[in-house]
Amino acid sequence: MSKDSQGPLWEVFVQKKAGQPFVHCGNLHAFDKEMALQNARDLYTRRGEGMSLWVVPSTAIVASSPEDMGSFFEPSNDKIYRHPTFYQIPDGVGHM
Amino acid sequence: MGVINFEDLFEAKLAKNDMIEPKDWMPENYRKHLIRQISQHAHSEIVGMLPEGNWITRAPSLRAKLVLLAKVQDEGGHGLYLYTAAESLGISRDEMLEALLTGKAKYSSIFNYPTLTWADVGAVGWLVDGAAIMNQVMLQRTSYGPYARAMVRICKEESFHQRQGYELMTHLAFGTPAQKEMAQDALNRWWYPTLMMFGPPDSESPNSENAIKWRIKRETNDQLRQRFVNQTMPQIEYLGLTVPDKNLKWNEAKKGYDFSEPDWVEFKNVIKGNGICNKERLLSRNKSHKEGEWVRAAAMAYAKKQNENYEAA
Repeated sequence: MSKDSQGPLWEVFVQKKAGQPFVHCGNLHAFDKEMALQNARDLYTRRGEGMSLWVVPSTAIVASSPEDMGSFFEPSNDKIYRHPTFYQIPDGVGHM
Repeated sequence: MGVINFEDLFEAKLAKNDMIEPKDWMPENYRKHLIRQISQHAHSEIVGMLPEGNWITRAPSLRAKLVLLAKVQDEGGHGLYLYTAAESLGISRDEMLEALLTGKAKYSSIFNYPTLTWADVGAVGWLVDGAAIMNQVMLQRTSYGPYARAMVRICKEESFHQRQGYELMTHLAFGTPAQKEMAQDALNRWWYPTLMMFGPPDSESPNSENAIKWRIKRETNDQLRQRFVNQTMPQIEYLGLTVPDKNLKWNEAKKGYDFSEPDWVEFKNVIKGNGICNKERLLSRNKSHKEGEWVRAAAMAYAKKQNENYEAA
């Protein structure tokens, strides 16, 4: 951070309605937690886009890397028995 | 599987209309092109607050003032969305601000024209935001994910901007003769600078080829300009106003209007820094950045102290 800085980066997550998941909507600069939350409100919820906000320092996010996508997710690719369509249910049973 | 060729993967993603994300491999020139385009776009939003900000204290009614405040606040927000999109490509906010404040960075030429009357506030919302929307709707499907997502949010908000501008123009155009004259004068002054917003003609646009190849842009400057004129003419006719262009007429064969090109020499001059308001805009940005310095310093000192207290506890 240079001496005249905009503060560190924060990631913003918005919950649209109670009970729904928090969804990432963007990021912003702020110096502390409180300012990050207020800036997130002013920047991302000016038109009732949400009723609850999370702000997380960007440096706290651990992400998988696109180059490793194949090998990283590979273990689950061949486990088709994890899906309901793998199983045969007799027609007479109806919806299950 | 053999050796992975990152360039092939990148091209394959573009061919499939997949988005490129910050951590994906990308050609260095793609990255540079995007940093230039997104940061210029962000600067345009921020500098774009100035011509309209000029009228906040003089808005003719409380309603008009509230609307203008909300619009200018939106423009600031758009600048912030775009700055962080550019940051995801590896440039810092401070570097971009420095480039803007020292005059090294470019921004849309349109904001170097003055807003002389209240009708200009209407013309800017209607025409300038209208032209920006035309460009931004296309950019919602640009190949770089963070830029595309910022555009989706921005487009949702811009629609109010254009509608409030047109509403203002209807009040003037259907008002007293003096008000109608004011509306016509604003249209006369903003018409050609608005057409310039789409950039130089395709035959002289140095960055267009790559932008199309990389799906950063999906339509050319001239295509967007033509669509803007086609869409705007009925709105002008409804107001009973005229465009300052004797050559403008409907061309049945191409199902679009023929119209005069803006003065491209003037365009180049404004880009180079010789427009009516270039100096004033830069001075205003520098002034407010300098006046905010103590706020940033205080906020940083406070955050540091909070962290120390937290660690001590």
